[in-house]
Amino acid sequence: MDLSYSDEQRLLGESANNLLAARAQKPGAADLWKEMADMGWLALPLPESDGGLGQGIVDVGIVTEAMGRHRARSNYVAGVVLAGGLVAALGNDAQRAALLPGLADGSLRLALAHAEEGARYNLAHVAVTAKKSGAGYVLDGRKVAVLGGDVADRFILSARISGGTRDAGGIGLFVVAKDARGVTVDGHATVDGAGAARVTLAGVEVRADALLSDNALAAIEQAYDRATAAFCSELVGLMEAATKATIEYTKIRIQFGKPLAVNQALRHRMADMSIACEEARSMALRAALHADDEDARSRSRAIAGAWAKVSRSARFVAEQAIQLHGGMGVTNELEIGGYLKRVVALDAIIGGPDLHLRRHAALTQHAA
Amino acid sequence: MDLTFTAEERAFRDEVRAFLNEKLTPDLKRAHHLTPSVFSDPPVGNRWQKILHAQGWAAPLWPKEYGGTGWSLAQRYIWEIESAAAGAPSVTPMGLRMVGPVIMKFGTQAQKDYYLPRICAAEDYWCQGYSEPGSGSDLASLKTRAVRDGDHYVINGSKIWTTHAHHANMMFALVRTSDEPKKQDGISFILIDMKTPGISVRPILTIGGDHETNQVFFDDVRVPVENRVGAEGQGWATGKYLLEFERGGAMTSGRLRAILADIEKLASTYRDGEKAYAATETFALRRSQAEIDIDALEMTELRIMSSLQSGQNPGSVSSSLAKLRNSEIKQSLTALAVDVLGQDGLYWEGHRPLYEMNAEPGIPEDALTALPEYLNSRAYTIFGGTSEVQRDIIAKVVIGM
Repeated sequence: MDLSYSDEQRLLGESANNLLAARAQKPGAADLWKEMADMGWLALPLPESDGGLGQGIVDVGIVTEAMGRHRARSNYVAGVVLAGGLVAALGNDAQRAALLPGLADGSLRLALAHAEEGARYNLAHVAVTAKKSGAGYVLDGRKVAVLGGDVADRFILSARISGGTRDAGGIGLFVVAKDARGVTVDGHATVDGAGAARVTLAGVEVRADALLSDNALAAIEQAYDRATAAFCSELVGLMEAATKATIEYTKIRIQFGKPLAVNQALRHRMADMSIACEEARSMALRAALHADDEDARSRSRAIAGAWAKVSRSARFVAEQAIQLHGGMGVTNELEIGGYLKRVVALDAIIGGPDLHLRRHAALTQHAA
Repeated sequence: MDLTFTAEERAFRDEVRAFLNEKLTPDLKRAHHLTPSVFSDPPVGNRWQKILHAQGWAAPLWPKEYGGTGWSLAQRYIWEIESAAAGAPSVTPMGLRMVGPVIMKFGTQAQKDYYLPRICAAEDYWCQGYSEPGSGSDLASLKTRAVRDGDHYVINGSKIWTTHAHHANMMFALVRTSDEPKKQDGISFILIDMKTPGISVRPILTIGGDHETNQVFFDDVRVPVENRVGAEGQGWATGKYLLEFERGGAMTSGRLRAILADIEKLASTYRDGEKAYAATETFALRRSQAEIDIDALEMTELRIMSSLQSGQNPGSVSSSLAKLRNSEIKQSLTALAVDVLGQDGLYWEGHRPLYEMNAEPGIPEDALTALPEYLNSRAYTIFGGTSEVQRDIIAKVVIGM
């Protein structure tokens, strides 16, 4: 057992914070995705044999924590951990070689198209159909909340080969080009500014070699767990930044002839925000260290528990950051509201704390 | 960075399990299980500490030179979770975790040589003379006075909430040795033999029906000057150093996990219609919430421990935070246990100790502690500095003003 970061990990954290702090000062000055590729962040969790660096979620979490801290609007986790992770886990040699080096060097954008209307975070919910046609498949249906789908070159897309809408078996995972015939990509703005798309498939023909797996649920669950762990770390950075900004503000804002920060009601609130940050940091670390557990149930239980704690804490911190900034906190003139928007976005992506508490309880009862 | 144990650590875990299996007798386990007070009853806790001492394991937090175990972070963690899971009694913190570290840091060589081995071996039983009737959260306003008279201090005043003063042979206390403009100045840290003439002890019963705490009166009590630890008038710094140990620096999450496991077992014996109460959704969600809170505290404690050298001060923010969360989780667990009892939560058992009952109780034995423990556990967010004081401390550090 060892809970200290290595020198390499400390350096990674420093460089991530430095770059993203500079980028936060000049938004839009450079293509962040390209810079992330240059820094090696896109390659971080991908296998070394496919042009990656072969690091775990602890390392990814170091990057996402810096992203949270500096409000980097990016679909980094979605592209690298969800889409990239699934290709790495399920792809054959040719498929990995076709996709992962490009993902790692930033030349090829991937997006996971899995969520559907009515799925409600049930990862087995796949109504998009994949019908065998000759040597290939024909895909029909609609995907929503495709993170980074507005700028993706290829979709890693789930479609049901057999079984009912929520059956565990029979879920196929396909590689679909954005410009394949019958694919319609409706990019839309997202609350956090990171961007997503709805993807409609009308008789989309794919070849047999587009199929990554015909039974992908376990891998999808694992990818979501790993992504959730990385999002936990992002929220830690976000919460610490929001707390710090709030403390600074209450120290300079004078009301009734004294700084807001002298009032005990506000001091205790900020103490609670700091406690929430520490607990979230503990849980994010715990999630990262369990993200690659061999036993899927123990992994999912740890991740569900971490998300239940971290997302609830993050909501508290982000809402209180606005509250303690007063009227200005509700305006777009301060950036403080941006923290809450990202929390809202991540809850929409992963599901909120109550859902994950319920999931934790279900996984516990199942194990007993 | 990883949470898995090495082969050596697994071997240590096996050694700990074998030790617990052999030395932790069923009657010790039962006595611990049926103790609803905050601390173990001294006859139980001391018996266990003497067994640990014989093994050289009484002081995992101490450096090796003073009789500590010299364990690594992982070994301490393994020890705490294994002994908690096995249902071992807790040993009194007053010596090992409170006055011991203070004597190590501020004591003279003679004080170290005399007291530390006796603390380790459970030869002395200590109580804490901090709070006074007029000085609770505002500890620095304390008025118990020590006036120098030759080689002695003459002590007059009163201390309150003195846990196990009726068992202790020694007390460490904060007393006022001079009046200074700043109330934190003029306080000294002193060690008092409880058999000294002029000391009287009045019991105070808790709302759970237990006699743990007392008021202690000092009437011209003569204490040798050599019993002062640290310089005269410097007791506040010494006392605060001790409070950081009282509030943190321990692995409390293992104990909480053991309590949750007990509650789960209890919930499987109570019914809701055809189902065990443990199988209801209400229980499952509260159980999960409690486990998640314990997971977070455990990682926080591991993070604190990993940043510490053995015997070093845990620092004020992390110790306040661990104290806050431990006390809040403990309270929520005891509330959950009472909830499990359903209508049995009405039943009151006044006899103590619960592990030496004369008659068959009116509810299952395993259910007896839930209600008094819930009531007694209200003290967790009060002693050692209230939750509000902890938030003041955290706020002062994080806000920087």
